[in-house]
Amino acid sequence: MALIRNRELAQDDWVYLEDDTPVPAEGGVIVSRARWQAERDVLAGRNAPIGVRLAPGDGPEVVAADAGRLDLVAIPFDHFKDGRGYSTARLLRQRHGFTGELRAVGNVLRDQLAFLERCGFDSFEYAGATDPAAALRAFDEISVVYQTAVDRRATAAARRNHPSQAFANGTSG
Amino acid sequence: MYLYDEIDQSLVDERVVQFRDQVRRRMSGELSEDEFKPLRLMNGVYLQLHAYMLRVAIPYGTLSSEQLRKLAWIARKYDRGYGHFTTRQNLQFNWPALENLPDILAELASVQMHALQTSGNCIRNVTADQYAGVAADEVVDPRIHAEIIRQWSTLHPEFSFLPRKFKIAVTGASADRAAVKVHDIGLVAKRNPAGELGFEVIVGGGQGRTPMVGPTIREFLPERHLLSYLEAVLRVYNQLGRRDNMYKARIKIQVHETGVAAFTEMVEREWEAIRDSAVDLPAGERERIAAYFIAPRYAPPGDAVATHTRHLAEDAAFARWVETNVAPHRAAGYAIANISLKPIGGVPGDATAEQMEAVAALADRFSRSEIRVTHEQNLVLPHVRQDDLYAVWQTLRAYDLHTPNLGLISDIIACPGLDYCALANARSIPLAQQISERFADLDRQHAIGELKVKISGCINACGHHHVGHIGILGVDRKGEEYYQITLGGSGAEDASLGEIIGPAFASDRVVDAIETLVEAYLGVRTDGERFLDTYRRVGADPFKEALYGAH
Amino acid sequence: MSGKVICANRLRDGIVVYLAAGNEWSEWISRSEIARDDVTAEVLLAKARRAEADRIVIDPYLIDVTEIDGEVCPVRYRERIRASGPSVRPDLSKQNRVPGVSGEGA
Repeated sequence: MALIRNRELAQDDWVYLEDDTPVPAEGGVIVSRARWQAERDVLAGRNAPIGVRLAPGDGPEVVAADAGRLDLVAIPFDHFKDGRGYSTARLLRQRHGFTGELRAVGNVLRDQLAFLERCGFDSFEYAGATDPAAALRAFDEISVVYQTAVDRRATAAARRNHPSQAFANGTSG
Repeated sequence: MYLYDEIDQSLVDERVVQFRDQVRRRMSGELSEDEFKPLRLMNGVYLQLHAYMLRVAIPYGTLSSEQLRKLAWIARKYDRGYGHFTTRQNLQFNWPALENLPDILAELASVQMHALQTSGNCIRNVTADQYAGVAADEVVDPRIHAEIIRQWSTLHPEFSFLPRKFKIAVTGASADRAAVKVHDIGLVAKRNPAGELGFEVIVGGGQGRTPMVGPTIREFLPERHLLSYLEAVLRVYNQLGRRDNMYKARIKIQVHETGVAAFTEMVEREWEAIRDSAVDLPAGERERIAAYFIAPRYAPPGDAVATHTRHLAEDAAFARWVETNVAPHRAAGYAIANISLKPIGGVPGDATAEQMEAVAALADRFSRSEIRVTHEQNLVLPHVRQDDLYAVWQTLRAYDLHTPNLGLISDIIACPGLDYCALANARSIPLAQQISERFADLDRQHAIGELKVKISGCINACGHHHVGHIGILGVDRKGEEYYQITLGGSGAEDASLGEIIGPAFASDRVVDAIETLVEAYLGVRTDGERFLDTYRRVGADPFKEALYGAH
Repeated sequence: MSGKVICANRLRDGIVVYLAAGNEWSEWISRSEIARDDVTAEVLLAKARRAEADRIVIDPYLIDVTEIDGEVCPVRYRERIRASGPSVRPDLSKQNRVPGVSGEGA
């Protein structure tokens, strides 16, 4: 398992905490959504980064109210066919103002990376069997985007109609 | 028609490079078949009964002569000399080698074509009225919005892994030639009392295992909000559509289980949150796209009508073709010429490379280099001067493309069925051929009148049997091909789903059964009544009696 | 006599092939190696899975066949169509293609 963050291979400075493991005083921890809901005040009161891993099927509303308190939200992709997390990510970013690390976890494959990034993910637990460095190329394979999304890439329409604004507003909504 | 600019071209070119690398990774073993399959599917590559199959997108059924010629060239060089036009206005090649597919996609990209999203759980190739831009009963050319949707849906980052596939159809006319009520989303362009353009939005229709006629969830959506509204529908579906059971994963099940009112409220609430955002097109882009669909300047008809009238009087066979296959055009002196891909005893929707080239040449000479593909698996020359029709027909006759049977009993929709398809339970094509041959007599077909027979080889209903006036569904019964007959379906503006008439028939009994149904209809119809009208008036009983009464 | 043979699609071009003697894959079912018992069938399937891992074929599986007058004939009509080509295009059917002339002769 390799971690890709902001299009680079990165060291993972977070640890997953099982639900029955005591909370360490220091260091970034990622807890399950259930534990977060049960121990929110204790966890948020630590003087260290805190992240939550959503369960499959959890929508953005599960952590929307905490968007300002969380440093990381991990969204599971247990099967590439399950695309709910793409909407969850967009809504967390665009509607609920989440600005922390948004991490795609589970069975994340090379050919999903570009879509995931456009929906607001900035880190990926890459599950591909092949060289993770080669997977980084997947972000740049297609240079054209037709839709506004979380990333600030100028859409085809924006480039055609306002060629001077190479990075027209792509984040509202 | 729409032409790619360098941005559009970059996308399809880069996609070819990407796919070439994916194929290389598969051949070298970096990718397993399980990993490769979703990638090839997103480029339209299936593995079928005999070989790979490539489904080429023909967005909203509009083709240039150059594109059609390229398809013919690919059929000859990389396939076995023919292609199959489908009920989704696409073209399928049945025999491409995987090792050649990157080259084939590169050839397609060279004429502004692709196979993107012709498979997979994404927004599929958008379809539209084949008479778009030339129909007399049209509010707006629906290809403007179909192209806007094509671009918006292409590699959509949020909606490429939906619960199931998603099909959108658009029409701008009052007569529904795009089957909008049996799509995941159907859009009907209309004007409000203030004269503003907008759409009626129909969501949750479909065929397959659980056929449904879609309900209207919004009577009028202002045109400028089209994409944000679609995005709202797709988001509600992506988040809450069922993923536990692939047979219940289409949006029609979600609409049905949630209830139309509650579903509509969810969509409206989502739309309120995004309706004035950057999701909709920036100023200027709609006009840029619309400019490609401005109606051509038609030359004054001159003596076109008089010449045409003389041809009609002089040649009865031509007159019959015109009566059946030629539709009124919005411009005086012009006509819409339908080309039947249903010769008597032929394979519905198949065209040889030679036929494709002949049609391309006709389009260049007589139809402003433009061709349309219909969901009923025929072709259209949309801009023919009436005095050119005779020359068009003579050429069509030389290529067996002149059968005057549009909308008649031998104009059968049939899926590839078990002759090609890995999912099928029974064959469809041989049955279509047998029915066509039984009713080969054109006088008889014309006497019977409009009768839409649609055949599917399995419950997935690619042959649209649910909306056939007579629908036929192939089933496997203990290792034998059997066929279930439904009556009373329609995919048009009077959409309805066919009802099963009774026990299924063995393959050697089906054609007799169809003939029995036709005779029963002729026995009770009143003047001017189509088969469908008669069925709706008298109900199923006379037909049941005719089919099963003796037993 | 009845038995089982292995069919699959060839990876590089997708064409239907049958496992023949000597670990060869043939486009003609008449060349296929017939398993008369379950043990032999399992051996054939294991060979086919190795060929799948070696990226020669995809989706190999066993089908039931009978021999009629020396001709190998699949039991299910789906497999009969798969063996001979689309029933509506006799011009493309495998029976009309001469082994060794088009495609691989093996």
